Amino acid sequence: MKSAVIVFPGSNCDRDMDVALKKFGFKNEMVWHNNPEIPKSDLIVLPGGFSYGDYLRCGCIAAKSKIINSVVKFANSGGLVLGICNGFQILTETGLLPGILQQNKYQKFICKNVYVKVNDKKNKYFKNIKKEILELHIAHNEGNYFCSDDELKCLKDNNQIAITYCDKNGKETEDLNPNGALNNIAGIFNKNKNILGMMPHPERMIDKYLSSNDGEFFFENLIENLK
Amino acid sequence: MKVNEQIAIDHGLKKEEFNKICDLLKRIPNLTELGIFSAMWNEHCSYKSSSIHLKKLYTKGKKVIQGPGENAGVIDIEDDDAIVFKIESHNHPSFIEPYQGAATGVGGIMRDVFTMGARPIANLNSIHFGSPQHPKTKNLLRGVVKGIGGYGNCMGIPTIGGQTSFDDSYNGNILVNAMTLGLVNKNKIFYSKAAGINKPVIYVGSKTGRDGIHGASMASAIFDDQIEEKKPTVQVGDPFTEKLLLEACLELMAGKSIISIQDMGAAGLTSSSIEMASKGNLGIELNLNKVPCREEKMTPYEIMLSESQERMLIVLENGKEEEAKNIFDKWNLDFAIIGKTTDTKKIELFFDNNKVAEIPIDILAENAPVYDRKWKKTKLPQKIKFKKDDFKKLKITEVLKKILSLPNISSKEWIWQQYDHTVMGDTIQKPGSDSGVVRVHGTNKAIATSVDSSATYCYSHPLTGGKQVVCESWRNLISCGSEPMAITNCLNFGNPEKERNMGEFVECVEGISEASKFLDYPVVSGNVSFYNETKDKGIKPTPAIGGVGLIKDYKKMITMDLKKSKNLILVVGKTEGHLDQSIFAINILNEKKGPPPEINLFNEKNNGKTILKLIREGLVNSAHDVSLGGIVTAISKMAIKGKKGFKLNKLKVLINKFDYYFGEDQGRYIIEIEPNNLKKVEKILKDNSVHYDDVGLVTENDIVIDKEPILHIDDLIKSNKSWLEDYMDK
Repeated sequence: MKSAVIVFPGSNCDRDMDVALKKFGFKNEMVWHNNPEIPKSDLIVLPGGFSYGDYLRCGCIAAKSKIINSVVKFANSGGLVLGICNGFQILTETGLLPGILQQNKYQKFICKNVYVKVNDKKNKYFKNIKKEILELHIAHNEGNYFCSDDELKCLKDNNQIAITYCDKNGKETEDLNPNGALNNIAGIFNKNKNILGMMPHPERMIDKYLSSNDGEFFFENLIENLK
Repeated sequence: MKVNEQIAIDHGLKKEEFNKICDLLKRIPNLTELGIFSAMWNEHCSYKSSSIHLKKLYTKGKKVIQGPGENAGVIDIEDDDAIVFKIESHNHPSFIEPYQGAATGVGGIMRDVFTMGARPIANLNSIHFGSPQHPKTKNLLRGVVKGIGGYGNCMGIPTIGGQTSFDDSYNGNILVNAMTLGLVNKNKIFYSKAAGINKPVIYVGSKTGRDGIHGASMASAIFDDQIEEKKPTVQVGDPFTEKLLLEACLELMAGKSIISIQDMGAAGLTSSSIEMASKGNLGIELNLNKVPCREEKMTPYEIMLSESQERMLIVLENGKEEEAKNIFDKWNLDFAIIGKTTDTKKIELFFDNNKVAEIPIDILAENAPVYDRKWKKTKLPQKIKFKKDDFKKLKITEVLKKILSLPNISSKEWIWQQYDHTVMGDTIQKPGSDSGVVRVHGTNKAIATSVDSSATYCYSHPLTGGKQVVCESWRNLISCGSEPMAITNCLNFGNPEKERNMGEFVECVEGISEASKFLDYPVVSGNVSFYNETKDKGIKPTPAIGGVGLIKDYKKMITMDLKKSKNLILVVGKTEGHLDQSIFAINILNEKKGPPPEINLFNEKNNGKTILKLIREGLVNSAHDVSLGGIVTAISKMAIKGKKGFKLNKLKVLINKFDYYFGEDQGRYIIEIEPNNLKKVEKILKDNSVHYDDVGLVTENDIVIDKEPILHIDDLIKSNKSWLEDYMDK
């Protein structure tokens, strides 16, 4: 399986993603933002970080970058595009995913472990995943998901809400919502479910010596589903 | 403008220093030259009050590749890997403008590390604020934490440890010390010493603006009522540009085109160019019209003194300009050839085709003033005779809950949750532990690191305090199973022109030196920050020690959280019950006098080495050093981390139980072991003549102490966690 991680100036989770993808069997390539073309891939990843310094708005400048046209083209043709953290912000800025990511409710950067519940398994990302409540890590200042009532209805009607913040038993309550996100949303799909944007970082949780290894379930499952 | 004595004094120079400049130059300097002298001869850059004492520090050792005097220290961690690290203060700017002050402190120390060719792998910080009741404290804390996070998070370097304290003495002068560790191949380390004549001098990074002019001079003076007016001397940081600069520099360093490289930190272009030339015994010629400027009509004076951030000066091999330029173009950074090295041993500056400054380098560097300031010894205070009757009405559990919720003991999670501590995917011990630990990427090795200071002890008796901080750092590294390697120190003191403050400095340095030599724990880098004084009130002496330790197999790392109910809890090291200067004496008995606990370096070393032996034998389930608040506070912190309870045995020792549980004797550790390992553990301890007490065992949830009402671990967690959250957010 081939993957490509897009590297913007200011990306800083690109190496971590590269390490994770390779560990689970992807043949990964790093693609610099100025490249007009992306090598043929089964998966494109927009990594976390502060693309172009996140000036103006998070992900806003990256959404206008040279390479993003190729990403949009790839996504519209059904290719798998995964955006983590800043990658999720870029995906909402390009319009590939609905809604926006606002500053966290308590106006602070938050770095901690959270539990998320997998809400939909009829997709390439979570089909057959062995664990439905994952302990993952968040590290962001703008993860407070928001969208219009119509968009939310649409997300619900099509089962596009991919993962939601919950407790270790899967219960979703407001006090477990780390950033004020609408309906505890931690990640969403597009209608076709080939595009996934999520705030948590599975790439930071890929062996038992780190604070959790639930990221392994995510990547192992993903590569299996792509085979 | 013609320079005179008054202008020199306004630049922070003393009358005698101005006369010395005129004598050395054999003429009166022009304004640009005077600016250069003021930048090079201030306390911050010249170490004029501290240098004769710093020479006494222990700086050698088998593992030291580079000691003090470079951008950062370097130690050997085997297999061609080396760790580059340093701590630095950004106290004065952080008090004036907390966000930018702290942010640029973090940015500056990271540049010091990657200037040497190392990729930063961890950040730490030691931050100290005034009383929580002081009207400025909350905003300063909020701003500093946001600034540290804002810079480090954007750079993608995990902030894995630190220390926060509150004390009245910081009301008018907060401390912000930032530390960075980087990883480098030991054969590919870059230094600041220039070599060769007619080599191009390259400027890269951000453009030069009018920010931070006189920053280093400001950091070398005490504060008064006009502090708001000093805001323009604070630099403004841009972590995004620094991230690009990091990647561009490392890309260029992978080749063979750099002769020397130096970041533009304090005193900007002035100190970086002079330092490179001075170390290489060369001259340097700069054309200031070539310097990329952010603002129009900047004068040579402003260009030379600006402390704009995210800039580097590089001496390149001839013919490599194009190759280097391509890399900086790729990263969208300014690149300009601004001069060359010469054989004149002078710094010569040109602007609009005129020579605007010409100063022999040795005058600026080697002839900088050195002061042997007067200092006063601090006598060891008399021991307090505590009235034991006062204790009788107290309950251990009540005292414990109170101690755990004190500002200086309470959990600092509110702070470190705002720092990205897991980026780079190698953090195996997070903040809130004895040490932060990161793996050496792609190997079995890991690096443990912590930062410590003990202003209360240092204020009471600087010599003991200096030794104690080094020992505490050593213990923190031992507790996670690492071999302590070396330290960096940030020496924060008051006004060196006052005998008491100078004495505190001299004796703390002496203490640090003695302990680090005995423990073979050398100082490889550091920084001195004097003049932490506002309106005649100075800070308590606060040397901060950043320690670095090596774990050869990260799978053998130990954490402090209690693991399993029915496991045994041992106190390793002798408890005499020293209460003077303890948290218990100061906060519960309101007794602030008396000497700090004594340091026995032999026991310290022996106990530490024995703990390491136990850990390597796989006999220890968790470990934690005993520090503020004594044994019962230490065990409680292990319980809180592990969400377990504990039951203490009836005391078998003859001293009062409050002395035993809350005394702050040094050189002690708490370890958790499996009952069936007790014999083996006892044998190793006895064979090494290490004293130990079997004090209790781990329980599921309950805290059982004597016949006092049983507490649930959640009670302790709440006591420990809520203070800072309530203080900041409610």
